[in-house]
Amino acid sequence: MNASVILDRRKVLAGGGALIVSFSLTSAFAQDQGAPAPPAPKPPGSLATAPYLDSWIRIDADNTITIFTGKAELGQGFKTAFQQIAAEELDVAFDALKVVTADTKLTANEGYTAGSNSMHNSGVAIQNAAAQVRALLIAEAAKRLAVAADDLRTENGGVIAQDGRRLSYGELVAENMLHVQAQPVSDLKDPATFKVMGQSIPRVDIPAKVTGGAAYVQDLRMPGMAHARVVRPPSYGAQLTDCDAVVIEQMPGVVKVVRDGNFLAVVAEKEFQAIRAMQALAANAKWQESARLPKQDDLPAALMALPSQDKTIFEKNDTSVSGSKTIEATYTRPYQSHGSIGPSCAVAQFVDGAMTVWSHTQGVYPDRAAIAEMLRMPAASIRLIHVEGSGCYGHNGADDAAADAALIAHALPGRPVRVQWMREQEHAWEPFGPAMVTKLKASLDNGGKVADWQFEVWSNTHSMRPGGAGAMLAAQHMAQSIKPPEPKPLPLPEGGGDRNAIPIYKFPNARVVHHFIPDMPVRISAMRALGAYHNVFSIESFMDELALLANTDPVAFRLKHLDDPRGRDVIEKAAKEFGWQRGQQAPPNRGYGFAFARYKNLAAYCAIASEVEVNRETGRARLVRAVAAVDSGQIVSPDGLTNQIEGAIVQSTSWTLYEAVTFDDTRITSIDWQTYPILRFDAVPDRIDVHIINRPGKPFLGSGETGQGPAAASLANAIANATGKRLRNLPLTRKRIKDAIDA
Amino acid sequence: MTTLKVNGRDHQVDAEPDTPLLYVLRDDLKLNAAKFGCGLGQCGSCTVIVDGKAVLSCVTPLVLLEGKQVTTLEGLGNVSAPAPIQRAFIEEQAAQCGYCIAGMMMRAQALLQRVRHPTDEQIRAELGPHLCRCGTHMRIIRAVKRAAQLMDTAALAPTNQGIAR
Amino acid sequence: MKKSGIIGGVVAVLLVGGAAAAFAIAWRPPIAAIEPAAKRSFDPAEVKRGRELAALGNCNSCHTVRGGKNFAGGLPVPTPFGTVFSSNITPDPETGIGRWPEEAFRRAMRAGVDREGRHLYPTFPYDHFTNVSDDDDRALYAFLMTREAVRVSAKQNQLSFPFDHRVMIAGWKLLFLHAGAYKPDTSKSAEWNRGAYLVEGLAHCGACHTPRNALGAEQTTASFAGGDVDNWRAYPINAESPAPVPWDADALYTYLRDGFQPDHGTARGPMAEVVSNLSAVPAGDVRAIATYMADVFGAPSPVRKLQGETVLAQAKQNAAPPPESEGGKIYAAACAGCHDSGRPPPYGGIHLGLSTAISAGDPRNLANIVLSGVAPVEGERSPIMPGFAVSMNDRELAALLGYLRLRFSRQPAWSDLERTIAEARRTQTAYVQNSAGPTNAPADPAQRDKP
Repeated sequence: MNASVILDRRKVLAGGGALIVSFSLTSAFAQDQGAPAPPAPKPPGSLATAPYLDSWIRIDADNTITIFTGKAELGQGFKTAFQQIAAEELDVAFDALKVVTADTKLTANEGYTAGSNSMHNSGVAIQNAAAQVRALLIAEAAKRLAVAADDLRTENGGVIAQDGRRLSYGELVAENMLHVQAQPVSDLKDPATFKVMGQSIPRVDIPAKVTGGAAYVQDLRMPGMAHARVVRPPSYGAQLTDCDAVVIEQMPGVVKVVRDGNFLAVVAEKEFQAIRAMQALAANAKWQESARLPKQDDLPAALMALPSQDKTIFEKNDTSVSGSKTIEATYTRPYQSHGSIGPSCAVAQFVDGAMTVWSHTQGVYPDRAAIAEMLRMPAASIRLIHVEGSGCYGHNGADDAAADAALIAHALPGRPVRVQWMREQEHAWEPFGPAMVTKLKASLDNGGKVADWQFEVWSNTHSMRPGGAGAMLAAQHMAQSIKPPEPKPLPLPEGGGDRNAIPIYKFPNARVVHHFIPDMPVRISAMRALGAYHNVFSIESFMDELALLANTDPVAFRLKHLDDPRGRDVIEKAAKEFGWQRGQQAPPNRGYGFAFARYKNLAAYCAIASEVEVNRETGRARLVRAVAAVDSGQIVSPDGLTNQIEGAIVQSTSWTLYEAVTFDDTRITSIDWQTYPILRFDAVPDRIDVHIINRPGKPFLGSGETGQGPAAASLANAIANATGKRLRNLPLTRKRIKDAIDA
Repeated sequence: MTTLKVNGRDHQVDAEPDTPLLYVLRDDLKLNAAKFGCGLGQCGSCTVIVDGKAVLSCVTPLVLLEGKQVTTLEGLGNVSAPAPIQRAFIEEQAAQCGYCIAGMMMRAQALLQRVRHPTDEQIRAELGPHLCRCGTHMRIIRAVKRAAQLMDTAALAPTNQGIAR
Repeated sequence: MKKSGIIGGVVAVLLVGGAAAAFAIAWRPPIAAIEPAAKRSFDPAEVKRGRELAALGNCNSCHTVRGGKNFAGGLPVPTPFGTVFSSNITPDPETGIGRWPEEAFRRAMRAGVDREGRHLYPTFPYDHFTNVSDDDDRALYAFLMTREAVRVSAKQNQLSFPFDHRVMIAGWKLLFLHAGAYKPDTSKSAEWNRGAYLVEGLAHCGACHTPRNALGAEQTTASFAGGDVDNWRAYPINAESPAPVPWDADALYTYLRDGFQPDHGTARGPMAEVVSNLSAVPAGDVRAIATYMADVFGAPSPVRKLQGETVLAQAKQNAAPPPESEGGKIYAAACAGCHDSGRPPPYGGIHLGLSTAISAGDPRNLANIVLSGVAPVEGERSPIMPGFAVSMNDRELAALLGYLRLRFSRQPAWSDLERTIAEARRTQTAYVQNSAGPTNAPADPAQRDKP
């Protein structure tokens, strides 16, 4: 990670002559003379917004191939997956390429690495770009070798003629040859011939991570780098009334105290000196706080009392069908924390009017824009480079740490400044996953099928990005503060609080209402799966309650209402592999539960069957085993996908059994692992089995978030099966289970 | 100036005696493996080995390390010559974001040095102080067991002619 | 604790009482076994009451072992006479008490005899449970009989001769068991009596907190003057309490109910299980226990009261002398981050000036905690303290403990710290290894301390 290397994506080390290919997107759709050409269909994925092939692929004269993605490696294995895709379509060995990730100077703007869209946006773009680059190379070789393109094949980074003549890609490529716009359609490889895609290739980032190589933004070290710590306010809206910076600046190693309004930070030569100075500064700083947080004990009521914008997002009527038996239920979710293991970190350097920031932000372009706005600088003077952090699972403190580093570096021109958040700061200040309430009501007809379905969800927005500078703490706290932006609901079909609120099942009568709550008493933003976690938890719990009412097996009940054949496949697969039997009886103190969802109703399908053990004396629930089936379209890396689903199940189990942000009337009180416990090894299940249904040739479906909702509901359904009691308020704590059993 | 013995070498360290070992390793010695996760002894990301036993380096100040041998992940092996524990974690692909993994590996290494064939129960109990937010637990357990097997193979190698380690 | 004393005692009984009398004492008739009662035959209200009583009596703490099923026994209890294993008290007909009629259960509680007529070792504290009323025995019986039956055979006790012969217990009982339910003291309040009934009975506080004689019985003349459990010190909870800040009824109530009290600290070690159970019983019962025990502690003398106030005032100040000694440097580096941070218990380390462990005569508890730390309760908000067994050697630990004693107490220095620490390290207390641990974490403070 050498900061001084300047790379310009347009500079290609040319081989021989230049090949200029002129390219017209409309030529494939020739129209009558005089008639206006229809708008050209866009190339797929992110190629639509970044159509030049050399935005994605660079080939050097020595055959070095570099792939550029605007997405970030978050620990999902994307760097490796993209390398696989490109290697496959370019017909080179996997090791012959390397991937450069999100960097405002080098890569296309692909927004955020979020929403399980990376395969769909970037993976597709790379796949198509690689295929088209290969086509261009073959065309060039055809010219040079004076043969038909059809008589050529590619292998291992070279184009080979039938008579054995070979030209390497490096020899073929010329200046600007790849500076052409992508076609809307590519000649993609037949999945049956895949050599690399669909294989479990060992991840390229793991070796460094297990041998102490530099792998994270936390590992960045630069000559002259100083260490900074922020002294955050003790609560939202706290005003700094007094602090003695002078005495702090006399502490060993301290370079500077930065105070800008309510933004307070200290910079020192050595890291521990910065920590000591931060502690001393925090002790002498005086703040004026205000009690503005809702009552934690009565959060659902507090939420629903806030003004909301109500919208019916789905409606279906069939008056010929009506129900006879009706049930209703309310489900609640508290604020929950990303809980990244490595608190946020960033490095920034301000030299000669140019700012460089190294950050684990999920979106380098939006973050750059926000920092530009905060510093009142032109965006073009700022470069944001993504460097991996620990898993973020959404919008955690990363963007804020980047802003902190930029603001401090701005006050200390020349020196690289490293800001590391403390554990307590990450826990208290990250934007949480929003608290939610859902109310469901449904009736069954005489045949035991759902006749009528009503679903209402109350929630804040699930994303404060892009938010401009106002979404970042440093900008909010500085003297010339920038207000947080107005929250807006994320539009469907993706949705935010209403993600997966529309059921995938076919009900004759249905109505889904989204109560969007703009007021955010507690800081929130996007957390893995967004509203889908709670909405799927609610829907799938309620489906079980209805199945019980209909005296029908839960799996059979779902199949009765589901048309989607791929959905049916994952349900049947998970049930079969689990050993699900109609009329089954779990052993004493154990229960079986099932759940299914298609993430966003358009991404990956996931069904999970769980076995849970409940200790009736203590109420403790333990996941014994989980069996998942997942369909994410064309598989790139089976092991990568399995890893994600296993992880989603374990993480969701932790959310579902343990997790709730706590606060009193003024401060967040869950500020470390004592006060925000998450799953430890004593609660890990005996086994998790993931069964993948591969769909060769089908579009990639985002899978990073598909397991969260089904894992939660599957667990809740298993607990209900084990205890005979239905719990609807997350988290399903030991005490709540015990009280339900004792009641 | 303090002398600190890390991965078999003596280092002269210019840090206050109350500096936690974690910052000496990362800031003074520029080693990456031991990570800052909480600084409170609650998550295990900072785990290294001192005199053969796993310790939380974030709550172990320099003043306690006089005359003791510190081993970090870097001291076990590298990419071209990985130790059994490192090979095992690569072979099992036992990482998602990977941030917690170095600490896990050091704890596991210390365990395997004491108990060559730990049961699942023992591994889970031993890793109790460690948090993994990505949910990679199943693979981590498998990797520890695989490391035990690899250590067995490595131990056998000298007696087998011509079998490379 | 001398073997010869006990043998002597039994011999004395045999000689004094004569053979017939001795036989009458030593032998108890079996009570006929019954078919295990159907769970639904028990009144739910009775079962609920029994659950509360079982929590008060801490049945699960001895009768459930880590990794084992509830009430299935198997916990090793080290005694000076060898190791006794707790029995299976689930209603399993073969390995538990499923075939016991209520009369047999009551006899076990009242007189320490099992259904077949064998004497039970007083490790099962029937010298306290004898105080439990018939009604409460009935409720406990209803509770236990409706638990899940677990088929697990009792582990063999490891007792040396002659203690492995149960007949020895007859003599012990003759000398030390005052059988019979508790009788109220009419000169005291109802709440005091309720507290006395619970403390002397089910809660069996004296079983840990009262010193024992050579024959292993509580010294009734030194009630609550401090005892030993495993390698832990159960502090004196009478006028000899070493707590820097004297206990009163309110503080006791908070401590027992919530698991911590800001001026005294968080209950850890074996006491953690006690407070975990007490958090689930009716508040009135805990209040009664606190009332009675406050009386046992007695009102502090004016001097002691003033000392307590001084300590509290000092704890609130931030002034810390720069550490000079090795122990001081270790404290500043490894402990002060939590213990001098001002973050209140239970999540902040207690200010050590308030710590009983540091002011007590016996350093073992402090050694145990510093060595093994405090582990989190699964899935619950609960304190976590790292253990220093590995990062500190005995010499360093002794330096640290010596410094803590010097700086944070007004008591004379402990002697022989290195040996105490080595012993604590070696013993690896049975509690730490085998106990299932507390289920409930210390209660969440409803209101943080506002600045």
